[in-house]
Amino acid sequence: MNKNKSSVFSHLIYFIKEGFSGVFFHGFMSVAAITVIAACLLVTTTFLLVAYNIDMQIEDLQSSNEIVVYIDETLTREQAMALKSGITALDNVADAIFVTREEFFENFLDSLGEDTYVLDELREDNPMRDSFRVVMEDVALHAETLKALTELQGIADSNSDVELSERLVQLRSVVNTVSLTLLVLLGTVSLFVISNTVKLALHARAEEIGVMKMVGATNSFIRAPFVVEGIILGVAASVFVFAAQWLVYNYLGAQLSQGLPILTMVPFEEFRYRLAIILFAAGVVLGMSGSVLTIKRYMKV
Amino acid sequence: MIKFQNVCKTYENGVEALKDVSFTIADGEFVFVVGPSGSGKSTLVKLLCAELKPTDGEVTVGEYDIGTMPRRHVPYLRREIGVVFQDFRLIADRTVYENVAFVMRAVGASTRSIRKRVPYVLELVGIDHKADRMPDELSGGEQQRVAVARALVNNPDFILADEPTGNLDPMRSLELMTLLSEINARGTTVVVVTHAHEIVNAFKKRVITLEDGVVVSDRRGGYFGPGRIRHEQE
Repeated sequence: MNKNKSSVFSHLIYFIKEGFSGVFFHGFMSVAAITVIAACLLVTTTFLLVAYNIDMQIEDLQSSNEIVVYIDETLTREQAMALKSGITALDNVADAIFVTREEFFENFLDSLGEDTYVLDELREDNPMRDSFRVVMEDVALHAETLKALTELQGIADSNSDVELSERLVQLRSVVNTVSLTLLVLLGTVSLFVISNTVKLALHARAEEIGVMKMVGATNSFIRAPFVVEGIILGVAASVFVFAAQWLVYNYLGAQLSQGLPILTMVPFEEFRYRLAIILFAAGVVLGMSGSVLTIKRYMKV
Repeated sequence: MIKFQNVCKTYENGVEALKDVSFTIADGEFVFVVGPSGSGKSTLVKLLCAELKPTDGEVTVGEYDIGTMPRRHVPYLRREIGVVFQDFRLIADRTVYENVAFVMRAVGASTRSIRKRVPYVLELVGIDHKADRMPDELSGGEQQRVAVARALVNNPDFILADEPTGNLDPMRSLELMTLLSEINARGTTVVVVTHAHEIVNAFKKRVITLEDGVVVSDRRGGYFGPGRIRHEQE
């Protein structure tokens, strides 16, 4: 075969034109297919984003090299400060900084921002305890270090991030399982829908396909427009989902950060390119495999 | 060259469509293949297009051995054969021009060569003035001319016409056959499968007569099948 560049190019144009005309020709079916695929992708990516956020939260917690331990309030300030030598003697402890309860309270008020005057009267009756900010050498030994600290005499409590991070790890494994199940389930649904649309397209153009076969068009030439049609459906759905995620994620992010200031969501801008690429790839793969499978099955060339 | 050598075709349901059929069609020949329905004509057409493989014997079309060729070569074989059908098989929602251009595109022709070749072929079959019409705006004879243009456009070595006059009146049939023999005069091998006696008799060409899957006659002149002889005796 001696194909020159211009003929390859005109083929490409032909395939894309035919693919689009297929999508428009089956207007209602195409819209239905795109909607269903989009719904599937939307649910799947939502779980993906939840998992991603949990991951980031865990990483955040685990990467903090500080543990705050609170000192039993029955101890005098001198006794409390004396605990420092015991703490620094522990393995993996680089430093221990004493924070008085007054300082702690001020910091707390600062972290709340404005409108903290309502708490002013608490200043006299400070509910906080004295504490140590313990700096670790190795973050990986977080759990062990925490255990050793809490076993010390005079240490009442800690900001047990470890427990939270362990919970988050559990939650992550649940979310991952659900995500995977949904991925398989909804992926299958999407494939089925794409396959159905392409089947219709094949049916509508049986006559044309017959003529093409008769005049010696190669199988790949006959198939290409249908594959393009499938890809268009998949990619259209993924574009739609990307836009929807952008809106919904930012909206949820704003709502959450107002309601629960502790939970911070990763800003959308930070992963939008990755998400776009994943969605685009998912659309292409779904569309392509959906149509290829159908063509193989229903078009005996 | 088209060559049938001791070809047998038995369908899965046990019907023996062709029994030990042998003949050779040289390049540039014009041949009628005639016979009553059920004589094996359609099977012969399908073997030529590699829609079927022979159960036994050898079918050769140009450089292709139909029985042994891999499936992926089938499209290239079909580019050597331009097929004209009884029912025209034009694509209803495309213009005459597009119906013809479409098959050039299907075999990978460039846009430029399509623009050059299609008007030429349409003119050759005398339908160029209706290039922008849709098939259903044309008469049967005109539609069949478009089909011939489509068969010709990729410049095949063979034209295979399967009952091309089946849907045409005698006048149009004669015109179509004249067109096919003009194409033959330009060097293309033409095989016309038909059971239209008048046409066959009007052209003094080679006639291969099939009956019950057997070649009963192969000679120049008219429709000499024993079916007709029996008919005349009755």
